[in-house]
Amino acid sequence: MEPLERYRPIIDDFDAFLEACERPLGNAVRINTIKTSVERALATLEEDGLEYEQADWNPRVLRLETDSPGSTWSSFHGFTHGQEEVSAVPPIVLDPQSGERVWDCCAAPGGKATQIAALMDDEGTVVANDNNLGRISALRFNAERLGATSLAVTNDDARNYSLNRFSFDEFDRALVDAPCSCEGTIRKNPDALDNWSEGHISSVAGIQKGILRRAIQATREGGTVVYSTCTFAPEENEAVVQHALENEPCRVVDFDLGLEYDPGLTEWDDETYDSTLERAARIYPHRNDTGGFFVAKLEVTA
Amino acid sequence: MGEQNDGQRFDRLPATPDERSVEGRVSREAVVDYFDDRFGIPPATFDDHTFWEKGAGKIWIYAGEAPTPLEIEAIGMTCLRTRQEHWKPTTDFVQRFGRHATDCVIELEREEARAFAAGEDQEIERWEGDWGYLIGAHDVAGDVEPLGIGLYVHGELRSMVPKGRQREL
Repeated sequence: MEPLERYRPIIDDFDAFLEACERPLGNAVRINTIKTSVERALATLEEDGLEYEQADWNPRVLRLETDSPGSTWSSFHGFTHGQEEVSAVPPIVLDPQSGERVWDCCAAPGGKATQIAALMDDEGTVVANDNNLGRISALRFNAERLGATSLAVTNDDARNYSLNRFSFDEFDRALVDAPCSCEGTIRKNPDALDNWSEGHISSVAGIQKGILRRAIQATREGGTVVYSTCTFAPEENEAVVQHALENEPCRVVDFDLGLEYDPGLTEWDDETYDSTLERAARIYPHRNDTGGFFVAKLEVTA
Repeated sequence: MGEQNDGQRFDRLPATPDERSVEGRVSREAVVDYFDDRFGIPPATFDDHTFWEKGAGKIWIYAGEAPTPLEIEAIGMTCLRTRQEHWKPTTDFVQRFGRHATDCVIELEREEARAFAAGEDQEIERWEGDWGYLIGAHDVAGDVEPLGIGLYVHGELRSMVPKGRQREL
């Protein structure tokens, strides 16, 4: 927990934050509406004798009482998919519509890409990209299990991604769920902080900036780009969005979210960020008893 | 004719056999007719989908936009294998579209469904329909739900659920 001490000045009720980070996180699943309705998924879980609790911010997100969420009829049928509660947030903020062209830049293992497809009723084009070929097989497995037919899977570096292979030259929306230092997953992965270093944060921030810039360039004017990480480090969050604001035509916009969250920062260390970064969301483990997350919503302005 | 299938890329299926340029490639019409003839899945079910081939006889179903040919990792899902004499739908396709089927659906009791999901073969004498590939299904929350693809021969239903999708339930 030592690395998290640096956030004491920016996190309210820091002791409750640390205490939450030390508590293991329970199982959560998302209902996959490509294959069934919310009602039928719940009835299937009840038939299985499983206890669940619906998240009050989203009826498709469930907390599940079981040691083996993968060995249930609802999972076998692809009615539910194991996905951490906060990990269901970015696609909801992205708000994709049926028939659109959407890019998930860092899509493996596919929980969010298939959620995007579900939000579009599996109608339209979801380009699910990942630079890691090893993780592409997990992405494809999940897409097929969940019945997502609107996915096109590519294996490239998102920073210099080419749309030449497709029959269109820009996206309506893009999700940058960036590779990060994963501090916010500490409740799921107790060793998440083992290799923590400021040097690592700095090098991953460079990659994040490159991916976010390319996502904005590849999205049409008036389109939406959502930037998210599962980490607390401002260098990987507000600083990355600030870099995009300074270099690409975009602005930070408000969004509604039924979860309790803290506003994005406007300063950290010696840096100051644009005041609109307060429109971003910092989701802390002690607020909703979840993992940690950062989400910002951008509108492309040219 | 004369062109060969290129296993490295996706090619959209021709609408009809007359329009094909690659020897042996099936047409969209043939695929849609097969699902209709064998399983009673109405052709209109696929009005918003296109069909593609990558790898000889491996057919994919896709809802999005794409030019043909296309060299990427995957589009949509694999739905059918046409290389053998008897075409074989995939378990994931059957789970996604099988609820539209009216024929060649074998309804299983809970214990039979459990064995099917675990990938086991089992004796089932009561089936009086066609032999060959059937959709295994069972009752879930008051409705019939497809489990996957099975092969029925000589009174035995062999689960074709791929290893990675098998579960002990």
